[in-house]
Amino acid sequence: MMLQLSRLVTFFLLLLLPLATFAAESAPSVDFRRDIQPILTEHCAACHGGVKREGGFSVVSRKLLLAETDSGVPALVPGRPEESGLWQRITAEDPDERMPPEKPPLPRQSVELIRRWIEAGAPWPEHWAYTPIRRPEITSEGEEHPIDYFVERRLREAGVAPSPLADKRTLIRRLSLDLTGLLPTPEEVEQFVQDDSPGAYARLVDRLLASPHFGERWARHWLDEARYADSEGYEKDSPKKDAYHFRDWVIRAINEDMPFDEFTIRQIAGDLLPDATNDDLIATKFHLQAQFNLEGGVDAEEDRTKRVIDRINTVATVWLGTTLGCSQCHNHPYDPFDTSDFYAMYAFFNNMEWTADFLKEEPENAEALRAERAKKWKEMSDLLERQVHDKNLNTQTQSKLTQFRNYDNSKGFIRYLRERPGERRKTYAFRRGDFLQPLVEEGEVQPNVPKILPPLRPRGARPDRLDLARWLVSPENPLTARVTVNKVWMHLFGEPLAAQVGDFGTRGSEPTHPELLDWLAHWWMHDAHWSRKELIRMIVLSRTYRQASTFRPELAEIDPNNHLLARQNRVRVEAEILRDIVLQAAGLLERRIGGPSVFPPLPRIVAQQTYAGGGKYQLSKGADRYRRGLYTFFRRTAIDPNLATFDCPDSSMSRAKRDRSNNPLQALAMLENEVFHEAAQAFAVRLLNEVPGAPSEATDRGRLERGFQIAVSRSMALEEYRQLAELLAEARQYYREHPKEAEALCGKRTAKNTEPSEQAAWVATVRVLLNLDEFVTRP
Amino acid sequence: MKTRDLYRREFLTTSLSGLGGVALTTMLAEDGVFADGKQKRVGSAIVSPLAEKPPHFAPKAKHCIFILMAGAPSQLDLFDYKPTLKKLDGKPMPASLLEGVRFAFIQKETATLMGSQFQFQQHGECGMWFSELLPNIAGCADDITMIRTMHTDQFNHHPGQLLLQCGRPLFGLPSMGSWLSYGLGTINQNLPSYVVLTAGRGSSGGATLWSSGFLPSVHAGVLLRNEGPPILNLELPPGLPARLQRKGLDAIRELNQRRYEEIHDPEIASRIAAYELAWRMQSAAPELTDLSGETQKTLDDYGVNRPEPKERSNRAGTGEQYKSFARSCLLARRMVERGVRFVNIIFASWDHHSNLKRDLTYNTGMVDQPIAALIRDLKQRGLLDETLVVWGGEFGRTPLGENRPGYKQVTGRDHHPYAFSMFLAGGGMRPGYTHGETDEISWAPARDPVHINDLQATMLHLFGLDHLRLTYRHQGLDQRLTNVTRDSQVIPELLADHG
Repeated sequence: MMLQLSRLVTFFLLLLLPLATFAAESAPSVDFRRDIQPILTEHCAACHGGVKREGGFSVVSRKLLLAETDSGVPALVPGRPEESGLWQRITAEDPDERMPPEKPPLPRQSVELIRRWIEAGAPWPEHWAYTPIRRPEITSEGEEHPIDYFVERRLREAGVAPSPLADKRTLIRRLSLDLTGLLPTPEEVEQFVQDDSPGAYARLVDRLLASPHFGERWARHWLDEARYADSEGYEKDSPKKDAYHFRDWVIRAINEDMPFDEFTIRQIAGDLLPDATNDDLIATKFHLQAQFNLEGGVDAEEDRTKRVIDRINTVATVWLGTTLGCSQCHNHPYDPFDTSDFYAMYAFFNNMEWTADFLKEEPENAEALRAERAKKWKEMSDLLERQVHDKNLNTQTQSKLTQFRNYDNSKGFIRYLRERPGERRKTYAFRRGDFLQPLVEEGEVQPNVPKILPPLRPRGARPDRLDLARWLVSPENPLTARVTVNKVWMHLFGEPLAAQVGDFGTRGSEPTHPELLDWLAHWWMHDAHWSRKELIRMIVLSRTYRQASTFRPELAEIDPNNHLLARQNRVRVEAEILRDIVLQAAGLLERRIGGPSVFPPLPRIVAQQTYAGGGKYQLSKGADRYRRGLYTFFRRTAIDPNLATFDCPDSSMSRAKRDRSNNPLQALAMLENEVFHEAAQAFAVRLLNEVPGAPSEATDRGRLERGFQIAVSRSMALEEYRQLAELLAEARQYYREHPKEAEALCGKRTAKNTEPSEQAAWVATVRVLLNLDEFVTRP
Repeated sequence: MKTRDLYRREFLTTSLSGLGGVALTTMLAEDGVFADGKQKRVGSAIVSPLAEKPPHFAPKAKHCIFILMAGAPSQLDLFDYKPTLKKLDGKPMPASLLEGVRFAFIQKETATLMGSQFQFQQHGECGMWFSELLPNIAGCADDITMIRTMHTDQFNHHPGQLLLQCGRPLFGLPSMGSWLSYGLGTINQNLPSYVVLTAGRGSSGGATLWSSGFLPSVHAGVLLRNEGPPILNLELPPGLPARLQRKGLDAIRELNQRRYEEIHDPEIASRIAAYELAWRMQSAAPELTDLSGETQKTLDDYGVNRPEPKERSNRAGTGEQYKSFARSCLLARRMVERGVRFVNIIFASWDHHSNLKRDLTYNTGMVDQPIAALIRDLKQRGLLDETLVVWGGEFGRTPLGENRPGYKQVTGRDHHPYAFSMFLAGGGMRPGYTHGETDEISWAPARDPVHINDLQATMLHLFGLDHLRLTYRHQGLDQRLTNVTRDSQVIPELLADHG
């Protein structure tokens, strides 16, 4: 009886539970970010936002919503909807009175939410990305990996089990591609699969993190953000012969695991460091990636201001995850940044100039050349100075600039950026962003960081770029670590934790795992001391990373985009990596690291499409034909289609997240393009040589099996063998009957002791392996 | 639409449209997608990123041929007849007009006005003005809408071209062709939806002019060669017969399908579809550029076999430009017939700072006959009503002669963003109508100015799209072609149904 009673009580308690939840929901517990801000942004901000503040108030911040309005009726009286203009106007019966104007009234549900929000005192919590980074507590017993703790807790809440661990072949393939952008060799795969000892996986991680190819792989991610290119951009798009030094600096810095705070400081303000080294100066080439317009008739001063703006936008996107660009002309339409924030940032970058020196090798006559350059520079900078006020000099200035750039290129000078010596340029805001209309009457703008963020602590009276750089990586800055961890995560999972990697503002998406992001960001700064390798190690050692990537149809309904991380993601490898692994499988890849950019075969039509440089494309010879994709000379107006077709960004702006398209032009490239076809020819020769023997079922099998091991890191299935054997047989017959075609398909390479018809049949067959989804996908 | 639906639909279409075969259908049935066994229902509901989508309202135009005359042709020597300017030839311009004005090369203290050296005449029932340089296009006057009062806020070529093609002078934005492809999808299964043909020297903007920007890359312009194999990588490697290519594709499909059955990743199905579309393009694209089915009269009308004139422009580059441009115009018609949504013909040699007489004569001689033939050909085939033809450059040229330092003689004109002409035909534009008027020296619009963004809003309108509603969320903003910070307007007077 007691038992029954207690059951009864439990039963009633259970009945009450949902009721209580319901009551809580219907009570005024409105979430501002979730419920209110979207309404305000969607329906009000166009007229009462950061740009237009019609009626004298704005919905961008609580302060502006409480401001005195033109009509005298306050827009918001916390606690009193009836007295709040906002609520009066959205509920007005008279269509002339009602807001939003000339549109149907807001849905009743939205009106009700706003009423309850005002009644609750109109709370306006700070946006998550601007709150200080704290380390969330981990309340697990045992030795659970912190990442798994947060991910699996959320999975449990959703009632979803994580996926099993991926098999070892998948793991080594995934890890090799993620960390080095190369395939594991069949021997490496076998060794890992056989190694049952504890710590085998952790040792694999160590080995790959120590590989010199790690730096290449992760440098390319950074170069996307740095908008790196080997040409100046715009119409002339002249080649920059010294650009690669920056690329090589990034590779070295990443291989040596330069902590991210130092990595940041050197690129933003390497020239201002006490005892700056030549490498520190090369690091400032980050800013020299801004495009330089050498077209005749361009206003050099306008072009300079454009580069300054580009630098601010890039720094804001890369480190702060903030789109600051719109504040050039007007206050940010929905984020708490205004034009004064923009021009305060502008002031940090307004006094830079490019210069050059022999930062690597010195020629014998270095001193004479330096003197010659200094003389030319004096003339040039005088001219630039005069051009600011005398636009009749535009033509002369542009042609001198072009000559100067050619001079630097021809003498082997390496350009970098520094603060301009002599009189400092004053910064004024521009009227509606127009550089010809400085608002001198509003006074000089002093360098500073956006007001919403923690204050700058300058070393001297006047803040400089070095102060800015140190502020960016100071532990108080709530953005840099969050933004960067999010991107590192993306490179290891295919998707970031917060969807908009370059926009952590109010329109950006909240992270799927906010506590995990904060935990990692805090741990990275304070425990890992900004070490990129430690952060990556932390992530790849988690169970979450090591899960299988197999799709789970049962989750298609509740989690179609895998936000819960109940599995890994499969992703097509990037453009450069595709080139790398095709060449690697073929045995063609030249693994030399760094050096001047190279010129692999490029279709004539593409080389010609640039205005200035048609017909001058000089193909690289020898091993340089087979360098990794990140060494391909990147001409902004004539991008190698093997890169562009596979979503390599055009380097016009900072780009952290690439597209991953999947289209027929890619199929055509992989089937027919010269580079890929040459790889298929060499792959066939490789298999014929590595598995010798007269044609027989056994050698056929052996060679195809070897092909599978090389290309997809696993054994061939019987069905797969049958499919390919059929193709091989048909191809053999064809090429025995068509010897000329056989020679044509084989190209220049010949396999040992093999008839051309046999070799051609293998070329026609192994093409298939290099075109498989499994080959191009990081599993 | 819910993400889940989108995901499923994209998966289905890309697979189905690609294969059209039994194998994949079976695969889907096993997957429970066709659980009710009604294939038809699913077949009619599927939407791929490129599948045809309904416009916002009934459209007039289905296709666009945008002929970008990069470098900025002189409106003063082609369309905008200014007898007063001729009278003022050699005189300085009133100082008041020059205040605060910028030039690329002109020294404004000593610059003088320059009248046109070419004869003008009215043409057609409508009496539209053209100079003697464009006799054939003038013959289409009654099908043409002339806008004399275009203006832009860009002053240099690349930014100006970006504004014209993409709506703003910035990099990384989708071009108009990409927006249309995104908004309306494709109406052909064997060719890309947005195709670019370049002739002569490359344009200053290069590939940034046909980029898909922040839109999915499937909407980017595909650069076609107008001779030989038209798409990159279309030809089989030497020595590989089509039969073995097909056999290889079968193996790729079978192996990929096995993988799909294990992993269930919809991207695998997309890849299977992509390989099959590639195969179809390999036969459709050469057919497109094979002109052997065209009559001799058509070839002659377009001037596909015209020789180069004796007096050449060294600005235009070498090679057979006349033939090449004529071929591009004919290919544009063939693409429209085959359902390509947007064709960009880009020719970049109109930057006549000097030698304007010789170089403009060369250029107009090149474009006049093929473009007139294109308009007539489209009309005769009943395609002009649904095909919008656009002709224009990124800005105009100055009424002042260009006295660049170091030039011995004044023989050209500088960049002029304040007023220039563009013309359009077909696709629901108002035929035989001249819009707006510039002042007596064509310095600025005297009435009815049309900003490039207004023209873009009007063009989208013809396609049944509201430029305010064709948006894409990027960097936290609902981005659109017509620049979110500008109040752009559809210009009703330009439309055929203008009351």
